[in-house]
Amino acid sequence: MKSNPIANLGNTGLYVLTDIGRMTLFLLKAFRGIFRQPFRLKELVRQVNFIGVGSLSVIFFTAASTGLVLGLQGYYSLNKFGAEGMLGSAVSLTLIMELGPVLTALMVAGRAGSAMCAELGIMRISEQIDALDCMAVDPFRYLITPKFIAALISVPLLTVIFDVVGIAGGYVAGVSLMDVSPGSYIEGMRSSVTNHDIRLGIIKSFVFALLVVWICTGRGYFVREIRGAGFGAESVSRVTTQAVVLSSISVLVFDYLLTAVLL
Amino acid sequence: MISAIEFIDVSKTFAKKDGTVQTVLDSVSFFIPAGKTTVIAGGSGSGKSVTLKIVLGLMRANSGRVLVQGNDVTGAKGKELEALRTQFGVLFQGSALFDSLTVFENVALPLRERTKKTEEEIGSQVHASLSQFELDGHEDKYPAQLSGGMKKRVGLARAMQLKPAIMLFDEPTTGLDPVMAQEIYQLFAKTQSEFGFTSVIVSHDIPKIFNLADRVIVLNRGNMDVFSSPEEIQWSEKPHIREFVKMTMGDIYQSHLVEI
Ligand SMILES: Nc1ncnc2c1ncn2[C@@H]1O[C@H](COP(=O)(O)OP(=O)(O)OP(=O)(O)O)[C@@H](O)[C@H]1O
Ligand SMILES: [Mg+2]
Repeated sequence: MKSNPIANLGNTGLYVLTDIGRMTLFLLKAFRGIFRQPFRLKELVRQVNFIGVGSLSVIFFTAASTGLVLGLQGYYSLNKFGAEGMLGSAVSLTLIMELGPVLTALMVAGRAGSAMCAELGIMRISEQIDALDCMAVDPFRYLITPKFIAALISVPLLTVIFDVVGIAGGYVAGVSLMDVSPGSYIEGMRSSVTNHDIRLGIIKSFVFALLVVWICTGRGYFVREIRGAGFGAESVSRVTTQAVVLSSISVLVFDYLLTAVLL
Repeated sequence: MISAIEFIDVSKTFAKKDGTVQTVLDSVSFFIPAGKTTVIAGGSGSGKSVTLKIVLGLMRANSGRVLVQGNDVTGAKGKELEALRTQFGVLFQGSALFDSLTVFENVALPLRERTKKTEEEIGSQVHASLSQFELDGHEDKYPAQLSGGMKKRVGLARAMQLKPAIMLFDEPTTGLDPVMAQEIYQLFAKTQSEFGFTSVIVSHDIPKIFNLADRVIVLNRGNMDVFSSPEEIQWSEKPHIREFVKMTMGDIYQSHLVEI
């Protein structure tokens, strides 16, 4: 068959629409799973352990290095105006409202999101999800809902840890390595961070958690439906890459949107 | 006879990459009687597994209707489909064991998720059925640590836990040694006479499997030939059935002649 560009465009449009529809339904079913019995508490704990506790070291490391760099870089910039006293304020606001939620979500996408996607993809291609369906065990309640809840619990908590460690890193850089006074770092932070700022950070972390877990589990679950993914092991690897890229991009896009709307 | 499963003019095709269409089921109609054992035979790639997946609603037929105990599977969704599926116990051709769960957890899963039994009751039921399938001592292994035949047996044990009304077995004895296969057949016969379920067995193990069969369905090039007893298949005049019989069971009419 000869390919006709208009037909191709139509096909792609149709595919994107079905994909969005499919993913929306997936999201609804994942939330419906919360209300279905029996609730899998053990699995939830396992997932919190995997997504949350398992990401601690990565988050700690990323936060510390981000905080240190912010401290040095901030000191360098502020020093030009003789405003080193503002360092505490600059570092904490940047972390709480922006870098904390975004970097935490990106790290979780890379670490836990990819794993969730691959796990579901493999379960799909080896007919394990079909087997659940055939046992009349709802795969959403059984497999996906616990991951959603775990992500919504873990990511905001990880973000808080990121913020705290990052601010400490900024303190080390500014106060211990440079010559900012401890009092002005703390005072700058206390006087400038408002409830509104913290709320924005928390809202962001919930939204990002949802985006990451939704896209990563959804891509894995629909591995057979995804165009151009191919078959077997290759399809799982491609879809996993796609899930991480897609969830990272949507985190960045939503970061802008939320900042623009809520700031 | 009450039918457990009924196909009415069911067609299933797959679109191929080059734009042509492969017809796997070409407007087939048949029914599977309740409480009996039906064997589905046919060459590799003839559509046996596809037929089972259509019964389960895992694949959709292109046209026609599929009834399970009188209810239409073809249009069923959500809760309705879930309700239909509670009637089945399924062994997939590839076993489809949950590979992050142990043998014990695999077999216990339907009991844990679908019944209100206590862990103690589940434990004793699972251990009993694992020993029926000679899997004692392997409870804590993961599927990746099992042999092919052991996976089949775990899959069988898992399929039978909820004592479903209809059992679908896709090649239950492939990969088992003849003695084990024979034991599994005996176990089928015994459990069936106990619980009276309908069983549908896809098998290449001909003629042995015919000892179990009340009916035989032979799939060939999108068509089905239904025989109401394994004996009947031997008297068929159709050339492709005669060929099938000759290839699988040997030339029964002239068995005294030695062909070279
Ligand atoms: N998802 C699919 N997409 C395209 N074609 C398929 C799909 N599933 C099965 N087929 C085709 O349908 C035909 C029947 O497949 P099926 O798996 O039912 O064979 P079978 O009778 O079970 O064979 P075997 O005895 O080897 O298991 C095959 O030609 C297969 O290539
Ligand atoms: Mg097959």
